[in-house]
Amino acid sequence: MTQLALVIDLNVCVGCHACVTSCKEWNTSGSAGPLADTMPYGKDPSGAFFNRVQTFEVGEYPDTQTVHFPKSCLHCEDPPCVPVCPTGASYKRKEDGIVLVDYDKCIGCKYCSWACPYGAREVDPVRKVMTKCTLCVDRIYDRTRPEAERKPACVLACPTSARLFGDIHDPDSEVAQAIREQGGYALMPEWGTHPANHYLPRRRATSHIHDDELLRADNPLKVDGLLPRPPKSDPSLDDVMSW
Amino acid sequence: MRPDYSVLLLTTLIGAGQGLFVALFTVQLVALAGQLPSPDGHAFYAHGSLLALALLVGGLVASFFHLGRPERAWRSAAMWRTSWLSREVIVLPALMGAVLVFGVAHLVGFRPVVVTLPSGLAIDATLAFGTAGTLLAFALFLCTAMIYACLPFLREWATPLTVLNFTLLGSASGFTVAAAFAAFTAPGATRFLAGWAFVLTLLGAISRTASLVRNARLKPRSTPQTALGIKHPRIVQRSAGFLGGSFNTREFFHGRPASVLRTVKWTFLLLAFAVPLALLALGGPAGSGPVLAAAFLSQYAGLLAERWFFFAQASHPQNLYYQDVA
Repeated sequence: MTQLALVIDLNVCVGCHACVTSCKEWNTSGSAGPLADTMPYGKDPSGAFFNRVQTFEVGEYPDTQTVHFPKSCLHCEDPPCVPVCPTGASYKRKEDGIVLVDYDKCIGCKYCSWACPYGAREVDPVRKVMTKCTLCVDRIYDRTRPEAERKPACVLACPTSARLFGDIHDPDSEVAQAIREQGGYALMPEWGTHPANHYLPRRRATSHIHDDELLRADNPLKVDGLLPRPPKSDPSLDDVMSW
Repeated sequence: MRPDYSVLLLTTLIGAGQGLFVALFTVQLVALAGQLPSPDGHAFYAHGSLLALALLVGGLVASFFHLGRPERAWRSAAMWRTSWLSREVIVLPALMGAVLVFGVAHLVGFRPVVVTLPSGLAIDATLAFGTAGTLLAFALFLCTAMIYACLPFLREWATPLTVLNFTLLGSASGFTVAAAFAAFTAPGATRFLAGWAFVLTLLGAISRTASLVRNARLKPRSTPQTALGIKHPRIVQRSAGFLGGSFNTREFFHGRPASVLRTVKWTFLLLAFAVPLALLALGGPAGSGPVLAAAFLSQYAGLLAERWFFFAQASHPQNLYYQDVA
């Protein structure tokens, strides 16, 4: 069984919001109709987005990390938002695991948004129906596009390749390998929703330099005891050099 | 969660309607057993059913204001296998039908004997309709409460106490309005109904207090650490990703200071329980219609506050992603 999903690398995301704007651009001009905004240039702009990038500060100054956190529907393998829908408008596709909303059936009761612990669903303020990330379902199967472009808009827009897209059930896929080998994890595992989207953790880049990497241990002159000169224990011109 | 007035009206109005119908049918059963003087079918059962129906219809009408696309509301009966909301949508009209049939049967005196029990007791059609309606009324309490109780991560709601509270509070308000109604139409049953309204209100006060105590001791299971998957005790949000509001910053926050919540809590404890208990104790034995009507008005206002608090107290885990708003 296929389960399409995004894998988001928090170590690489720089919080540029390119995925947010490209998502909005694609999904507001798609076949499902505009993804509306209210007062976009007014005092209190609002609107529906499928994808948001939030910023968190982890740790206490000066030992802090700034974490940019892209957040969209996680396409849970056991989605709590689907069984609660009274009309069947909210559903999970068997063939690829994408959780979708049928905008023509939705009555806008918002119950599915209550049932989503991640706050991934947003009501369209003009159409008055529930909307959410579709993984660009109208794009990833579009055979008129070159193969390389059959990916969600956010993935193509990401300048640092922080977003990977693929089938997490295929062990050889890029996303499954990334989850396996780079410690991919799911959000709020305590509710048993089994999110398909995974996040790759921050990794602090460290390197250890050992003494034998600074001194050439196999220098043949050392065999004769001629080097290092002066000995490392003696003061030298710059307190560092010894050869 | 943001309390939506359409949902507050829906749950309180249909609760009172269900309770009122159960009260009417209880009186019929007790009168059948000879423990109460038989009330006038026309004035008490028929008009009482009409009143219950009016409460149910009022709730149904209010519920439409919660919907973004009310013209499609008929679709919501589809997913009864999985959705408690869908089940509610089916049971509510079924109950309205049963109440209507029960009332009309009493109005026109349609009481053919359906079956005669071995003891010689004749079961007529109104008893059959009333039994069906009572079962549907309790099914509706279950459906309405389970809409909230079935969401595991809204931990203030996910408890059997939610079902108990909806049932007891709806029944209590229904019996109170039934007592007030009986004072004008069937004085013989007033004392009986006011007595049971007192008991149900007391039980409701106990179970609602139990849920208040439980909820005050809840420890959050989702934390910023599980929400982001980052193991560090100090995680502070610096940006929600946008400057204006969004659905997420409006739907899941009541936006009132904690002092308002405290005030509302004591208000509903007073109006929904303390005041009606006193008025029922006062007006019940005296059979005073105005006092009992005042008891219902106080209790209904109190239950509106109770439902407001029920929503406002529930803290949704998505709020962890909007710490700036919280």
